[in-house]
Amino acid sequence: MSLLEVKNLRVTFDTETGRVEAVRGVSFSLGHERLGIVGESGSGKTMTGRSVLRLVRPPGRIEADAMTFDGQDILHASEREMRALRGKRIGMVMQDPKYSLNPVMTVGRQLTEGLRLRDGLGRADATAKAIAALEAVQIRDPARVMEAYPHELSGGMGQRVMIAMMLIPEPELLIADEPTSALDVTVQAEVLAILDGLVRDRGMGLIFISHDLRLVARFCDRVLVMHKGLVVEEIEAAHLMEAQHPYTRGLLNCLPRIGGPRAPLPVLDRAGF
Amino acid sequence: MTSTPVPQPRNRLLALARQVLLGLGGLAITLLGLLLITFIIARVVPTDPVLSIVGERATQAQMEAIRVKLGLDLPLWQQFAIYVRDALRGDLGTSIRTGQSVAAEIARYFPATLELATLGTIFGTLVGVPAGVLAATRPGSLADQIVRVVGLMGYSMPVFWLGLIGLLVFYGQLDWVSGPGRLDPVYDMQMEFTLTSYTGMILIDSALNGAWDVFRNAVSHIVLPAGLLGYVSMAYISRMTRSFMMNELSQEYITTARVKGMPEWRVIWVHAMKNVAVPLITVIALSYAYLLEGSVLTETIFAWPGLGSYITDALFAADMPAVLGGTVVVGVVFVTLNMASDILYRLVDPRARA
Repeated sequence: MSLLEVKNLRVTFDTETGRVEAVRGVSFSLGHERLGIVGESGSGKTMTGRSVLRLVRPPGRIEADAMTFDGQDILHASEREMRALRGKRIGMVMQDPKYSLNPVMTVGRQLTEGLRLRDGLGRADATAKAIAALEAVQIRDPARVMEAYPHELSGGMGQRVMIAMMLIPEPELLIADEPTSALDVTVQAEVLAILDGLVRDRGMGLIFISHDLRLVARFCDRVLVMHKGLVVEEIEAAHLMEAQHPYTRGLLNCLPRIGGPRAPLPVLDRAGF
Repeated sequence: MTSTPVPQPRNRLLALARQVLLGLGGLAITLLGLLLITFIIARVVPTDPVLSIVGERATQAQMEAIRVKLGLDLPLWQQFAIYVRDALRGDLGTSIRTGQSVAAEIARYFPATLELATLGTIFGTLVGVPAGVLAATRPGSLADQIVRVVGLMGYSMPVFWLGLIGLLVFYGQLDWVSGPGRLDPVYDMQMEFTLTSYTGMILIDSALNGAWDVFRNAVSHIVLPAGLLGYVSMAYISRMTRSFMMNELSQEYITTARVKGMPEWRVIWVHAMKNVAVPLITVIALSYAYLLEGSVLTETIFAWPGLGSYITDALFAADMPAVLGGTVVVGVVFVTLNMASDILYRLVDPRARA
């Protein structure tokens, strides 16, 4: 049985200037594998990810024919039931640690609050677990990082802290929403390697949201290509470069290649789809 | 591998201590500037301090003697030095109206204002912050509308009008509270002659003396003016809280807290509130300082013998030493509160400590 099943997901925003349909009917299923979602800005990939956690802000509305996690209906689950899933069985890593960590709380407090509040652990036990989690994402001197505030960390360190925070409860599904976009290239590789190892070792399901086709092709098992709120193509990552859909082909053609011709990159032709 | 050095807690405390010291230095300079201004005003205004002391029939010799006694024959910079020295010793000159020390008089009037402003601010904060949070978490709801309308009334209606209506309704008609003044005359006498004064604030002094009948009477007197000032500051505080809270709730770290499965009360009152507190401290301190300057209208309507009515009365009597002494005290209060909010700000916001 698959871990996550999404059928005909729609996310709409009723605003004063009219209705915006961010996601217009997305279906996919996910096992213990790594699913990539790629698309341009505004294609609905982030909203798809947040819908799984039911964390779309008002006036956004989530509708679907069905949405189940491990057999449990998460479309109609109460807020209380959702809270029990969030943080425990489903986690999410966001784009930029500069904004996704609370600026006025120490890293330690943010890492341990779930353990202490939800699991009722004592201070010492929670701290020990948090330090272990920081070590798992290869942070040196974790005891000192625990005392630090987010603004005192570099971007790469911040993102590791974020990953550690989400992995502490050992979730079965991790949604990574552009987890490396705010990082520079060398740090990107490190963070990806950490993420890769963790997913492999723990057998988690992973939804990896990115606009970076090559990254997704390398990192994931299967890829959804999204455009204007719809999935235009679903393809094995290994075969992404041979994609057939004109939109995917268009995106691929826009990628620069090292050693390739120096002519201006082609502009995505939006007429064909 | 990235390994940016992480500052240690010890350094943070040191940095905070250094900033407090710097703040104190700034405080001293600000106060010196304030004294310079009041000094210049005292020299510039066309009231002759000698004449107002000796009267019109004094001889030239008498006037000269007073001039020397006041130090007015010395060069200006020396006069200023003496002025600053006296002010530091707590000597703000002698009131022309009463012939008493201005500092001593203010020491009698200021506690009345302090008591009123503190209660008003406590009320404004205790009601304003939750009201603002309620409005921010349900934008557009009935609760939001009510908070907005009540707040709008708070800062668009003249205070003296609200005060008069309040007196008319709650004192005149309903008789729920006592009228103007700090105490009924009977209790006034008791306060004056049989109880020990520790702070000059009647609520605290009567409680310390265990004179609970005086305390109850003082409460029935202060409730209306403090409620009125509290209402005005509540209007401001709830508005600011609403906008700060809405801003924080749209931040990504709020989503993080929700992803972690934190209950909504914790998301709002811990994660967001810790961030809202940073600018809110300044707002509350400013509104407190504003009330501490002595709200002249409120003090007039409620016959409240506070700093505002003291300075106003002195002004009408052209009692310059009293006016300037009052001005210095207001300045000290303002600067001190500003500094206190600065320190608090740094305690709450780690980014400001760097």
